[in-house]
Amino acid sequence: MADPQRSSTVPVLVVLPRLLVNLFPGSVREVAVSASTVREAIDALDARWPGMRDRLCDSRPAIRRHINVFVDGERAALDTPLAPGTEVIIMTAISGG
Amino acid sequence: MASKVLVLLGTKKGAFILESNTGRRSWSLRGPFCETWPLNHVIADPATGTIWGAGGDAWFGPAVWKSTDLGATWTHSSEGLAYREGEEPIKSAWSLAPANGALYAGVEPAGLFRSDDAGQTWRHVAGLRNHPTRPEWQPGGAGLILHSIVPDANDPKRIWVAISSAGVFHSPDGGITWEPRNRGTRADYLPEEQRYPEFGQCVHCLVQAQGLPDRLYQQNHCGMYRSDDGGRSWQSIEAGLPSSFGFPAAAHPREPATLYLLPLNGDIAGRYVPDAKAAVWRTRDGGDSWEDLREGLPQQNVFFGVLRQAMATDRLEPAGVYFGTNSGALYASADEGDSWRCIAQHLPLITSVETLVVED
Repeated sequence: MADPQRSSTVPVLVVLPRLLVNLFPGSVREVAVSASTVREAIDALDARWPGMRDRLCDSRPAIRRHINVFVDGERAALDTPLAPGTEVIIMTAISGG
Repeated sequence: MASKVLVLLGTKKGAFILESNTGRRSWSLRGPFCETWPLNHVIADPATGTIWGAGGDAWFGPAVWKSTDLGATWTHSSEGLAYREGEEPIKSAWSLAPANGALYAGVEPAGLFRSDDAGQTWRHVAGLRNHPTRPEWQPGGAGLILHSIVPDANDPKRIWVAISSAGVFHSPDGGITWEPRNRGTRADYLPEEQRYPEFGQCVHCLVQAQGLPDRLYQQNHCGMYRSDDGGRSWQSIEAGLPSSFGFPAAAHPREPATLYLLPLNGDIAGRYVPDAKAAVWRTRDGGDSWEDLREGLPQQNVFFGVLRQAMATDRLEPAGVYFGTNSGALYASADEGDSWRCIAQHLPLITSVETLVVED
């Protein structure tokens, strides 16, 4: 879980894909959270909308294969650090059939 | 007096529900539900009317969907539906079965989960994957899937599962210990002297006969079989059928000797109906003899197949029988299979068919 007391957490903006928002009634496309890594940002999302972590991460744990998380325009992993004001963009990758 | 019949469809693009009165002449269709997720199995608990859908989305992973209002609204959860960190993650939920107030889910890669709160949270029934044969389980064409769950209606501790292609396993103690139950079923894809192994058979579908708890039927990749001793031994019942290959099996709701199969032309022959003519095959004597049921089914240029969970019966009298095709058509019989009608078409690939009779 994200710990707002930790000095290393910083305010970031997370942008969620519409498909994900559809799965969680009451969720919104842009969410301000406090986190120091992508993992903590996803933890914060899960605290707000229980179950959202499972939709974004598998149990290895890792970001799901067809989910892309971009931090400063680069594909990120769970451990990618976040700077203050970073925009974390979560996108669904090309998939389906 | 029953008031309506629901046919629940899992498809590659969500769940659909067809609805009719007990006459089963005209049907209405609702859907797609579940955000068009690929669903492998949509079932209902006849005791409560709760509907669940098991599936896995390419983006968002495995989950079990739930509706307590006959499909009007849905929620989803996968809380606890996971193996330990570091293990190969679960790709998809494949099968569901209510049992004495609990709900079981089978997943890919093969494992069994149990929910005691109607699908909100799950716990791993770890005994199955702790079985010493597990490192040797081989996936079938659809992956290493646990696709059939058969809880014994009379004894809550007894449960059978079927895994492609590890075979049938039985637990006498609620899932703590398991043993393979495949004696007498063939594995034609192994060297000749190894064709009757203890496990590793490619079972396609496992069902229990109504009223005879130790009678099981299975459609296998390599033959059709009946067991009268809870799966300890199996007898071939494929004589009289047009092939030894197929996917689904559906038991009659009351008669333990009546079973419906839908044989396909063969595993390397295209896997569509034999001679490109659709037929359901029915036995009324436990598989000793078979009759083909074709009235109302297309008999020319038919190249569809029917998947392992895509045939079902309802519990009305006479019993309804239903099958959904991989070309998105649903066929129904309201007279035990004697005659058929296409009641939906142009749907996505149909992965599962189940029924729910709702009383007034």
